[in-house]
Amino acid sequence: MLRTEEMLLNVGPQHPSTHGVFRLVIKIDGEIIKEATPVIGYLHRGTEKLAENLQYTQIIPYTDRLDYLAAMTNNYVLCHAVETMMGVEIPERAEYLRVIAMELGRVASHLVWWGTYLLDIGATSPFLYAFREREMIVNLLTELSGARLTFNYMRVGGVKWDAPEDWIAKVAEFVPYMREQLAGYHELVTGNEIFVNRVKGVGIYSKEEALQYSLSGANLRCTGVKWDLRKNEPYSIYDRFTFDVPTREEGDAFSRYHCRMEEIEESLKIIEQAVEQFPEGPVLAKVPKIIKVPKGEAFVRIESPRGEIGCYIASEGKKEPYRLKFRRPSFYNLQILPKLLEGENMANLITILGAIDIVLGEVDG
Amino acid sequence: MIKDLLHSAPSLLNFGIFFGLAVLLLFVVLGFVTYGILSERKIMGFMQMRVGPNQIGGKWGLLQTVADVLKLLIKEDTIPKKADKPLYILAPVIAFAPAFMVLATLPFTDAFQFADIGVGLLYYMAISGISTIGIVTAGWASNNKYSLIGGMRAAAQMISYEIPLVMSLVGIVLITGSLNLNDIVAAQEKVWFIFLQPVAFIVFFIASVAELNRVPFDLPEAESELVAGYHVEYSGFRWAFFMLSEYVYMFAMATLTTVLFLGGWNSIPFLDFIPAAIWFGLKFSAVFYILVWIRVTFPRIRADQLMEFGWKVLLPVALANIFLTALIKELLNLF
Repeated sequence: MLRTEEMLLNVGPQHPSTHGVFRLVIKIDGEIIKEATPVIGYLHRGTEKLAENLQYTQIIPYTDRLDYLAAMTNNYVLCHAVETMMGVEIPERAEYLRVIAMELGRVASHLVWWGTYLLDIGATSPFLYAFREREMIVNLLTELSGARLTFNYMRVGGVKWDAPEDWIAKVAEFVPYMREQLAGYHELVTGNEIFVNRVKGVGIYSKEEALQYSLSGANLRCTGVKWDLRKNEPYSIYDRFTFDVPTREEGDAFSRYHCRMEEIEESLKIIEQAVEQFPEGPVLAKVPKIIKVPKGEAFVRIESPRGEIGCYIASEGKKEPYRLKFRRPSFYNLQILPKLLEGENMANLITILGAIDIVLGEVDG
Repeated sequence: MIKDLLHSAPSLLNFGIFFGLAVLLLFVVLGFVTYGILSERKIMGFMQMRVGPNQIGGKWGLLQTVADVLKLLIKEDTIPKKADKPLYILAPVIAFAPAFMVLATLPFTDAFQFADIGVGLLYYMAISGISTIGIVTAGWASNNKYSLIGGMRAAAQMISYEIPLVMSLVGIVLITGSLNLNDIVAAQEKVWFIFLQPVAFIVFFIASVAELNRVPFDLPEAESELVAGYHVEYSGFRWAFFMLSEYVYMFAMATLTTVLFLGGWNSIPFLDFIPAAIWFGLKFSAVFYILVWIRVTFPRIRADQLMEFGWKVLLPVALANIFLTALIKELLNLF
């Protein structure tokens, strides 16, 4: 007798489009997804637990490995938390270096997202174009910190060392170049009929749902919520720059795409202004060799490329934190996935997952 | 010569000659496929700011594909435990054999054609449809969920695109009054059919890309969704057979496009001192280049959108084209 049955399909942990070791168990009826269960933890390294036995400076390299596409922001959030608790005054030049590094990181991170997202959708070229530009940023950050991805550049009270000569000039050169390339990206992809058909109206959620699921970053802004910690709770020196917070109303994958692409432009604006205002001076405040954080607790949050990254420190006044916790935006953003996938076409799975923009290092912690 | 042989009494010698010729054609085609793949990779490299193959066989990577095929030959041939073994082994053959069979009727120049049969066009369409069965079989026999979905997609896609493909060609047949490919080329001596049948050309070209399973219609093997689609379990030379059949089809389809719409080996006016073979080669290369160009540029279309496009756009347009062509032809006959 003829009959149909639901099929259980394991997407991942080895799958080209789950961007790492993410696993999704889906129940499909033909090509329609009935139920999706994310399984995470394949990359869990226990960063938070490890941190309890490490001095604060020693924790910084571990933060590099959380969101490895934008390690500078992770460096910053830890240093920022410690500095807040200690009440350290950061030298001007260090602040500028930090902001430039973080914004370069944001551009690089969005470029990787853009390239891989289109690779998921089936276009191979954008990936290579995006990586060409990202490579320039990586080279800039390498000159600055000595590492390509795991920078370990920031320190409590400033940055590890000053930028090399001409570095600022190189950054200034990069900005107009990137703008030019960005126009090319839009020409190649944004108006493409096939691409628009694939992403428009896919994976829609409302403003309320986004807030209920605690989404942040572009995933929140695509629903029309104008919320960016760089504007709403300015940290570092972000209040000195003029930039917009791009938002969209639709809440679909295409609006997330637009938000991210515009964020690149805004980041370039910030870099441009920071380069102009770049001051002279020391890059590291006077802090003790062995950092001891006063007894108490603190939670700071900043805007990473993926959303709000937070760092909570509970200290007993020792060299090591008593408890360290990161609010990892990818992890929170991923929560909405099962809801979005229900009843969707199999081909939309990749479009929806990709649009959330997760980094597995951050999801698994 | 072949015509004489076809009409002579069957004998072992005749069989030998046919067999020898077939082997010769196989080598011609494999030679093309080898350098077709290389040129595709080089063009893609050029468009994507890479160098492409540049190690094996000099700085142009001239032996890269040969090395790749050799590697595939000596690779371990794995068959999944729960696969349907006879079907699993048969599937690549079913996919490849028709790809090679269709070449028999394709005329490359007025002198170089394997078999000049009266219904050449129909033969091509009929035989090329068989490959789908190979793909569906592979998808089913692998006993893998991704393959199964890939195989099903392939079946659905082929059915939706074979029909507009055939329909788009009816206009040409109406004008020529023949299904013979040589007659079709002869009818284009003055004007190529791309100018007489521009709508048919567009429909044909889109449908042919879909037939070839290439970007933006590469759904059956949609790498980012289905890992590799129907051939996910295949390895070594069985896998190579699928890939080879894909490229042989590309060769065949580029030839067919040239023959049907670009005037085959006909020259453009005042340049007829250039040999026919070169004209054919130029047009063929142009079609091939465009196929690669499309692959580099576009993202993949979604399965349901693909069906919609095939049935709701391409087919009606192709039908309207037939109607219009017939109408104009009759009107021209009247006056």
